[in-house]
Amino acid sequence: MGAAEAILLTVVTAAVPLLLAAIGELVVERSGVLNLGVEGMMIMGAAGGFAAATLSGSPYIGIFGGLAAGIVMAALFAFVTLFLVANQVASGLALSLLGLGLSGIIGEPFVGTPGTKLPALAVPVLSDIPLVGKVLFAQDILVYAAAAITFGVWWFLYRTRGGLIVRAVGDNHGSAHALGYPVIRVRLLAILFGGACAGLAGAYLSLAYTPLWIENMTAGRGWIALALVVFASWLPARVVVGALLFGAVSILQFHAQAMGLGIPSQFLSSLPYLVTILVLVLISSNRSVLRVNTPASLGRPFVPDR
Amino acid sequence: MSGAVEQVRAGEREARVRPDAAPLLEAVGITKIFGALKANDGIDLAIRPGEIHALLGENGAGKSTLVKILYGALQPTAGEIRWNGEPVRIASPAAARRLGIGMVFQHFSLFDALTVAENIALAVPPRESRAALAAEIETVSAEYGLPLNPRSIVADLSVGERQRVEIVRCLLQKPRLIIMDEPTSVLTPQEANDLFSTLDVLVAGGVSVLYISHRLEEVKQICHHATILRHGKVVGECDPQKETAARLASLMVGADIRALSGEHRSLPDAPVRLAVTDLSLPPPHPFAVALDHVGLELRAGEILGIAGVAGNGQDELFGAISGERRSERSDAVTIDGRPCGTRGITARRRLGAAFVPEERLGHGAVPRMRLSENVVLTRHATDGTLRRSGVIDRLSSRGIVDRVTKLFDVRKGTPDPEATALSGGNLQKFVVGREIDRKPGILVVCQPTWGVDAGAAAVIRQALIDLARSGSAILVISQDLDEILELSDRIAVISKGRLSEPRPTAELTREEIGLMMGGVGEGGHAH
Amino acid sequence: MRIELVRRAEHSRLMVWASPLLAVAITLVIAVGIFAAMGADPLEALYIFFVEPLTAGWSLQELVVKAIPITLIAIGLSLCYMSNTWNIGAEGQFTAGAILGSLFPIVFPGWTGPLVLPAMLLFGILGGMLYAAIPALLKIRFGANEILTSLMLVYVAQLLLDWIVRGPWRNPDGYGFPESRVFDASAQMPLLVDGGRMHIGLVFVFVAVLVVWFTMGRTLTGFQIRVLGQAPRAGAFAGFSQNRMVLFTFLVSGGLAGLAGIMEVAGPIGQLRPSISPGYGFTAIIVAFLGRLHPVGILIAGFVLALTYLGGEAAQVALGMSDKVMRVFQGLLLFLVLACDTLIYYRVRLVRPVADPLGGAVHGRG
Repeated sequence: MGAAEAILLTVVTAAVPLLLAAIGELVVERSGVLNLGVEGMMIMGAAGGFAAATLSGSPYIGIFGGLAAGIVMAALFAFVTLFLVANQVASGLALSLLGLGLSGIIGEPFVGTPGTKLPALAVPVLSDIPLVGKVLFAQDILVYAAAAITFGVWWFLYRTRGGLIVRAVGDNHGSAHALGYPVIRVRLLAILFGGACAGLAGAYLSLAYTPLWIENMTAGRGWIALALVVFASWLPARVVVGALLFGAVSILQFHAQAMGLGIPSQFLSSLPYLVTILVLVLISSNRSVLRVNTPASLGRPFVPDR
Repeated sequence: MSGAVEQVRAGEREARVRPDAAPLLEAVGITKIFGALKANDGIDLAIRPGEIHALLGENGAGKSTLVKILYGALQPTAGEIRWNGEPVRIASPAAARRLGIGMVFQHFSLFDALTVAENIALAVPPRESRAALAAEIETVSAEYGLPLNPRSIVADLSVGERQRVEIVRCLLQKPRLIIMDEPTSVLTPQEANDLFSTLDVLVAGGVSVLYISHRLEEVKQICHHATILRHGKVVGECDPQKETAARLASLMVGADIRALSGEHRSLPDAPVRLAVTDLSLPPPHPFAVALDHVGLELRAGEILGIAGVAGNGQDELFGAISGERRSERSDAVTIDGRPCGTRGITARRRLGAAFVPEERLGHGAVPRMRLSENVVLTRHATDGTLRRSGVIDRLSSRGIVDRVTKLFDVRKGTPDPEATALSGGNLQKFVVGREIDRKPGILVVCQPTWGVDAGAAAVIRQALIDLARSGSAILVISQDLDEILELSDRIAVISKGRLSEPRPTAELTREEIGLMMGGVGEGGHAH
Repeated sequence: MRIELVRRAEHSRLMVWASPLLAVAITLVIAVGIFAAMGADPLEALYIFFVEPLTAGWSLQELVVKAIPITLIAIGLSLCYMSNTWNIGAEGQFTAGAILGSLFPIVFPGWTGPLVLPAMLLFGILGGMLYAAIPALLKIRFGANEILTSLMLVYVAQLLLDWIVRGPWRNPDGYGFPESRVFDASAQMPLLVDGGRMHIGLVFVFVAVLVVWFTMGRTLTGFQIRVLGQAPRAGAFAGFSQNRMVLFTFLVSGGLAGLAGIMEVAGPIGQLRPSISPGYGFTAIIVAFLGRLHPVGILIAGFVLALTYLGGEAAQVALGMSDKVMRVFQGLLLFLVLACDTLIYYRVRLVRPVADPLGGAVHGRG
């Protein structure tokens, strides 16, 4: 394997958790809900995934563990924001704080336990293509799933009636309600889907990226995923670009450290966070573009009159 | 009131006869209770096939509640709905549509960010393909004279075009009854005429229309039958063509409407108190309108009315005059000769100007704050008594609330409730009264009586006239042409961000104003 | 059964008080469940967690030591949240204040005397303000989401602290440990009583409570904050500047977080270390909401949350229970506070859905 191929491979693996979490949040925000609890759902996915994999001995069972943990967390958020119309920003923060604590308890027995890595599933022939073969066609199942989910989300949002309804609910929940669409149910499903994706993203971290349980192992990736959705101005294709970009930045940091440029490692480690800020600034300064694409009901609670 | 519609259409439409057939839809004893409020109280209504049935009533009479029940958006507390004689329960709007009931909403239920085709697709059962739907849209829009481009984004459409989307959307469901909620309230007289022609085609095809309005001339003209609501009850049924507008109005309001005192005046020599000169501003956001070389002079003692269809730059003009948005040139806006175009709203208030925005809750008042706090909102900089070195004097602000309450008969449950606890009419009296109590030199007021009951509207309009007679200058921006004609000494029209030259009310006809509202005829060049 | 919310005409004054209490009560009920699930005697665990820390003098002092930073930070945050701006990076501003305030005792250890501590506190406030100004200015100038930028800056500040105590500011006589030199006695917070760690920071807390209480209740500044938070358009109509208020609330909350940071390192810790806070900046968010964004409420809530820290430590020692349990309680508490706040504006009703066998328009007697 050449150096270029190795770098590409690490970029893709660093991008996958961001992509999974961000594409889920994109659907949530398209339905008009801002769930800031991605970090909490993701870390729960990592803990739940690792625990399930270790207890069962199968990393595939682990995937379901991560999925379930993410969905349960999302359901909690949905309950307080949809049914009790609690403030979405604060509830998202609460979800993140709760997730960090709960995951610590779940993961505590597994600190120091060696994990089981998801095996790579090589596609015959295709995986032998030079340079991109290994990167695209000799990955584990979650990488393929991430690609499929991303494409599926695009297809769903722009090619199906269900997707049209989600976009309609996010644009104007009053009108959607007047037409008889179940605003709360649509949002509930979107939030649960977002939780499932964040759970998968977490499971990828603890089952593939670094097959270990480390407390706070998400290290802000949930927040970066939120920034990615803004960066992508709510368009699925751009989420892919953004995830790869951030994957590249976080990999760059490792390679720079390995090269020993004499830059303190802390500065390199802070790069992804600084790049996130920079990207937010650049994308936000073009307000007219953002305003057209931003779901108009984003963050606004919906209470039907009866 | 003199009807533009009547003059235009009088010769064309023969007298209407109510079709003699068994009712398509019958509502029997419909009652709806919200907490302590009986919004509908034993309402009976029968709509026959092929008739335009007017539902008349003031704001708060219970029209919206009844319509929501018929469309399945609300469930009645008691009563029965019959469709072709059979009792039905309409559980949801989808169920209503399945029965054959369609609805055109007053505040359109459209999705700004989606295309026309997507908006329509959301309201009809799934079609085989997008192309099939697009073809259907084209057929229907051609058949009923409702031109539309399925690929346009709704945010870019005019109000009239948006209504067409609503109607086409409704027609694609092949409805047998169409409910229209105040369909002409946002249209120019010409656009309203186009709508009436479409309605003629519809009823000729056997479709029934439930037509909700408070515009009596219109109802007299196009409706076969009318049911009149007051305080949630049916107070009368009649053939509107056989009644006078005055009789219909008194049925609706329950008492004779108080006539306003005040004549249209001409004051060419009075000093200019507010001048707007060559004011241009880019749109503040992608869905807004740019102001294009706007100019006007407002003289002491006069009321200048600005007519126009919603979304033609009224909000933007209000923001630019109030100082919520600043101009780049200081002389773009002058108050009593002092340029203030680059200064904010507080500075302009200090120069003696006062403002009442269109939206009462959230713009003119903070919903969850008490009236005494809402007094501070607009008067903190102009009333020395309200604050001493940064500390708010609550006694003084309560004193102002009491004064406004007494002067404008603001009805409220407790002495100092939150703004949101007041009814629309009472809150509007408070918001207008709060400014008039200052005795401002200039008052700019947007939609002074929008959504307000007749009693409160009369109080507010009289207060505006009295303020003008005391030497202040008043600018009224309104979409309600009747209101403009009643109040204004001179009238200008705003269309696509351009303002026409103001002209004395006596010289103008409704048709001329209507044409200008549609952007035809005299364009904007008042500089 | 279905939950239905009915909007109240005016907000319930009873619920303003009752909702945080209800949230605490439900948290305790859930705590019993968690303790039982973890195999502990629930009553004993509840006692150790929530009562025992209140029974000894030294632990009461520790309660105050924990309450000082979270209360101080929360009071600043409450201004932000009330004006509907979302500073969630107080942890970073806390760290920035700690670093800048430590400049004197670490870089100029020779300077001692009565002026050192005031200078440190001032620089601590300044550090927090400067660090908070970054997200505020990015929001004002570019419209960048302050939630994300302020949070990203937390990670950056923690890495900066890590670098500084391992690199330039490492104690030359510290055997290579990643710690700064220990502060001189004149650079440490004076204690309120001998023989404990309770320091004069408590005075700052009370001053902050009183000042914010007066500001929010009586002054035009407080009025501006509330108006802009509830109805930004009405705020603009009143002539208040949203941008100025974003900067103001960020500076105040950053300054208070910075003050808390320098008081922490000049107080209980006594030097700079790679980790100086067990998440005070995030716990303060919970304190702010549990206190319903009211300074007096926050003062009480600060002590409640401080108790969870102490109880967590006690349960770890006495029951061998994970210290993460405390984090779970904190997260749950915030959730429940937000959920219970619904009762202030809405009445909650349970209704049975009406049976609709044909799923739509039902023909009754056909």
